[in-house]
Formats: sequence, structure tokens, C-alpha cells
Amino acid sequence: MGVISISETPLHVLAVDDSNIDRKLIERLLKTFSYHVTAVDSGIKALEFLGLQDVENFQSFSPNPEEEVNLVITDYCMPGMTGFELLRKIKESKSLKDIPVVIMSSDNIPARINRCLEEGAEEFFLKPVRLSDVDKLKPYFSKNDRKTTDEEECVSSDRSRAMDDDDGGDVDGDGDDGVEAWSDENEQIEKDQSCHHKMFKIEDVVP
Amino acid sequence: MAAVPQLQRQFIEYTTSLYNEGYLDDQFTQLQKLQDESNPDFVAEVVSLFFEDSEKLLNNLATAIQQKSVDYKQVDSHVHQFKGSSSSIGAQRVTNVCVHFRNYCEEKNLDGCLRCLQQLKHEYILVRNKLEALFRLEQQILQAGGSIPMME
Repeated sequence: MGVISISETPLHVLAVDDSNIDRKLIERLLKTFSYHVTAVDSGIKALEFLGLQDVENFQSFSPNPEEEVNLVITDYCMPGMTGFELLRKIKESKSLKDIPVVIMSSDNIPARINRCLEEGAEEFFLKPVRLSDVDKLKPYFSKNDRKTTDEEECVSSDRSRAMDDDDGGDVDGDGDDGVEAWSDENEQIEKDQSCHHKMFKIEDVVP
Repeated sequence: MAAVPQLQRQFIEYTTSLYNEGYLDDQFTQLQKLQDESNPDFVAEVVSLFFEDSEKLLNNLATAIQQKSVDYKQVDSHVHQFKGSSSSIGAQRVTNVCVHFRNYCEEKNLDGCLRCLQQLKHEYILVRNKLEALFRLEQQILQAGGSIPMME
């Protein structure tokens, strides 16, 4: 079902930031490079845009091939779901894990930066983000290089092609695809790592 | 009505002083670079959002700090937002107050927080007035048929 496009469709960036000023800024910066931009104000909305079907249980991704996202750029500190949690969800999802993710943060905290990079983020930009940062995005874009029909999970509502294991799709008909449950334990880890705990003094940080 | 070159010189001098006195930093220049014929009001739009956000945050801060039992995490959360938005538009002095404010929040120092809130209000009003004056100057230049000098 993969659509190989050799046309000049602009690369599509999904920008996620709860600050309206920063959303406006990042959108303008991205459009300077002629990217097509969708800007949302939360991690949940980002996941929904990426195809999340079951919001409450974070299950069942069904990406819309017409809205293919080639890169996600997200703020780290957001209420509800942090950028790190969003990064995790994307990297844990079979259908989304190949989408490059870039994190932005106003706080220069080396431990945070490393954690994001270890979790699979391509880059970490310190805010305020500049044109020179956005210029660095070019090599990270994915475009129609998703897995082939043999390997990819079912991305349409037609579940008949779902494989007989945990490759996605609702195999047993219980309404979920058995892969993406968000456990309480994960939530606890994330709360410990959330933006407003463990505040660091600016002086403690690498200059 | 002053001549265009005079107005432009005034504009350059005023802008330079804002940078020299630390009201604005390079991020403001970055914003101006993003303004062009297809986005002619970009800076004004962003600054307008900043004004709206700031006034809301200052109100929220006043409320949070006046609670019988102050929730410092909540206060810090507002200041963090304020720090973010001020740094995104280059309002350097406002950002600097936010940094100190966050330190007082971490220490749960009520006095320090109260002082910082006053300072924050003060610096915000200053930068708001200065930016409004800058936009008025720009309008004068445009109405006189001139163009806004690009600051490097």
C-alpha cells in the first residue's frame, strides 16, 4: 500500500508547542524553507494528527497516507504530555518510529538533552530556535521510505492483512492492537522527569 | 512632518539604544529578518501575542502569589512560560528577571518572589512602551513614504 512519490510535494513538518508565540515562530521559520507545516498545541493532538485512533489508551495507529509527516519538531516542556513522552510514543510505534523527531527546549540541561538523543531524537535545539537551526534539518527528513508491503503493519482500516502476532492491527477483535498501552509505571517515570521537577539553577549548567 | 531621512535616523538611534540598554537582544533582530512582503506584519503580530500573553501571566502570577499557601511549582510554571515568551521575542531584561524569579521559586522564598514580580511588571511595562514607540516611529516613516532601515 506504500505510495512512492517522485513528485515535488513539499516536505511536511508537524510542529508541536503549547506556546502560541513559539508556534507562530517555528511555523514562520519552517515556511522560510518552503516546508509544509502543521502546528498543534499538544502532544495528544500531535498523536491524533499522526493517526492515533484510541486516545484514552494510546492504542491503534492508523496513519493517513495523504497526511504523511516527514518530521516532527516538538517543544520539551508542555503540560499534559511532554515532548519527551511524545518522542517515546512515536519511537515505540511500529508505524511511526521512522519519523525523525527533533526536540526544542528553552532550558539547557545536558541530562535532558542526552536522554532525548538516547530515546531517538535526531537533534535538540535550544530556544529561541533560529533560521540556522532549521537549516540543519535537511538531512533528517524521511520521505516515503517506509517499510514495504511485506513488512509494514496494517495501516488501513482493512484488518485482513494484519499479521498473526504483535505486528499491529486488531487481530483478536477486542478493539485494540495490543501494542501501545500506556502503563502507570511509564507515567510515574515521566512525572519524575517532567519539566517542573528537579529545577536546575542556570549556574549549574554547562555555559 | 519630519523628513524621511530624519525619521530613519531617529529610528536607527532609538533601536540602537534599545539594544545597548539591554531591552532587546539579537532575537528581536531574528524576528525582523523573518518579516518580508509576504509577511509584512510578522513582528507586530508576534509582539502583540507577547503583550496578550504577558498580561495574562502577570495576572496569574499575582493570584498565585497571593494565595494563603503559595504553590511555588505553580508560580514557577507561570514564570517559566513568561521566560519562554520573552526570550522568543528578544525582551532580554524581562527574561533576566524571570531567571532570578525561578531561583526564588526553587528556594520557596516569598519575599524574593514578591520583589521579582514587581520587577517583572516594571520591566514588562518598560519594554512594552518602548516597542510601542518603535512601532509608532515605523508607522511615521512608512506614512512619509520611506522604508524601515534594516538593523544589522
